[in-house]
Amino acid sequence: MLCMLCKKNEAKFHYTQVVKDEMQKVDLCESCAKQKGVNHPGFFGADLLLGLGASQEMAQTASGVEIRCPGCGFTQADFKKAGRLGCAQCYATFSEGLEGLLKTMHKGIKHVGKVPAALRQGRDLNERLKHLQKKLDKAVTSEDFEQAASLRDEIKVTKDQLDNVAAR
Amino acid sequence: MNMHDFLSPPVETARRTGPHDRIVMSSRVRLARNLRGVAFPGWAKKSERVKALEIIRPAVESLPQLIGAFSETMDNLGPLDKQILVERHLISREHAAKSSGSGLVLNKEESLCVMINEEDHLRMQALRPGLQLRQAWMAIDQVDSELERKLDYAFSPELGYLTACPTNLGTGIRVSAMLHLPGMVLAEQITQIISSVNKLGLAVRGLYGEGTEALGNVFQVSNQMTLGEVEPDIVERLNKVLMQIIEHEENARAVLLEKKPKIVYNHIGRAYGILANAHSITSKETMNLLSLMRLGVDLGEFPGGERALIDELFVITQPAHLQKQFTEKLVAEERDLLRADMLRDRLRHVSRPNPKAPGPGDATLDKRN
Repeated sequence: MLCMLCKKNEAKFHYTQVVKDEMQKVDLCESCAKQKGVNHPGFFGADLLLGLGASQEMAQTASGVEIRCPGCGFTQADFKKAGRLGCAQCYATFSEGLEGLLKTMHKGIKHVGKVPAALRQGRDLNERLKHLQKKLDKAVTSEDFEQAASLRDEIKVTKDQLDNVAAR
Repeated sequence: MNMHDFLSPPVETARRTGPHDRIVMSSRVRLARNLRGVAFPGWAKKSERVKALEIIRPAVESLPQLIGAFSETMDNLGPLDKQILVERHLISREHAAKSSGSGLVLNKEESLCVMINEEDHLRMQALRPGLQLRQAWMAIDQVDSELERKLDYAFSPELGYLTACPTNLGTGIRVSAMLHLPGMVLAEQITQIISSVNKLGLAVRGLYGEGTEALGNVFQVSNQMTLGEVEPDIVERLNKVLMQIIEHEENARAVLLEKKPKIVYNHIGRAYGILANAHSITSKETMNLLSLMRLGVDLGEFPGGERALIDELFVITQPAHLQKQFTEKLVAEERDLLRADMLRDRLRHVSRPNPKAPGPGDATLDKRN
């Protein structure tokens, strides 16, 4: 089936909408769908899921094994059926197939929002630790032992803080 | 504690006011969170769900914001109780279908509600009357920050908060507002506005969220994208769009009154006529007509009539709320009779609509009344 708009490409997005009690069927190719802004999650339907499932099935026959989440035993077929994942680890297990899906439904594919405070602190402390370690190496090379000693103390304090954060 | 002793009567909740509440009935921000190392509720075995509930529920109950909250497992709530919570927009229909292994924690003001083991382990939401998205976000952000100290969230630095459905991934945030848009519906501008809002990556849904119809000219507008954008930006973007929708709705009302006042007055007058005089009426018809009466109140057609009364009727005429007032089980037809009785009684003291300052062409028609 060809795209209704450009009449060139194969239609990949098919949906039905009801406008004033009248049913309209729309078939679009990927680029026209994107242009029309109809590839957002509101249209996150079976077609998209089937598309993903199909590509994964190919990958699976190529390697001869079905991908199964080691965390929860969830498979591609389950995702195709439910449209939901099994556990947090599924995101790593099925990352390849998911990336394309995430691109079509979100603004980006990298999280830029809120980060749990403990993680944020841990990240900051880790960076601080690296920075201090570099300074220490420099101090040792230049035989500035007084500074090296104080840096060593600082590193110890930072490491303790990091342990505290991790323990929480 | 009994749920009904805990819930505020609708006569009180309908009196809560907020900015722009003429058009924005309520604001809501919800966050989806999951525990690390536990399968998502839809995939977890019952024993796992029960275990997760046992970890999450005490953590939620211990929050200072939820001291004295109503906390219950879903298997301890009857179908009628669950439906009442749905009609009040406190839980989703999906959550109402849950049983053991799922739970609910709700504060006294009904401004914070945590669903445990809905689609995700945690669905926490802050609710505010009128347009108060920022306030709702700040409130739920604080709850989340306190909870993260007690619970081990499934979080990835790359993908953010990991959720059962990829549509919620990242921030797990859904910012939404419930809007009353009779002006745009009457002016036949609503499909146009819905499609432009859709193009901005926002969803428009009916009264009870996903897959429901827009009864009573009430629409829910919410963000769709949750990954690749910071929460305050998502909140602000929706806020901006809502301000524009408010302006469009006010414009539509003003233009209708100027160009087609008789059509508006006709709708409102008939709505009042039926609501105040019917002897049998379905909840769907009731909602659609109450919407027109609400518009009439906004336009000053009901001196002495208040929006709070209409908003209260909006809630108490719904099937579960109506059923709750009677001990015997009612069938739909019986409810329609009792609903009409209640409406006639409650509208007894609201006098018929009085269109302000009729135009010159209206004078002859007025004499005939």
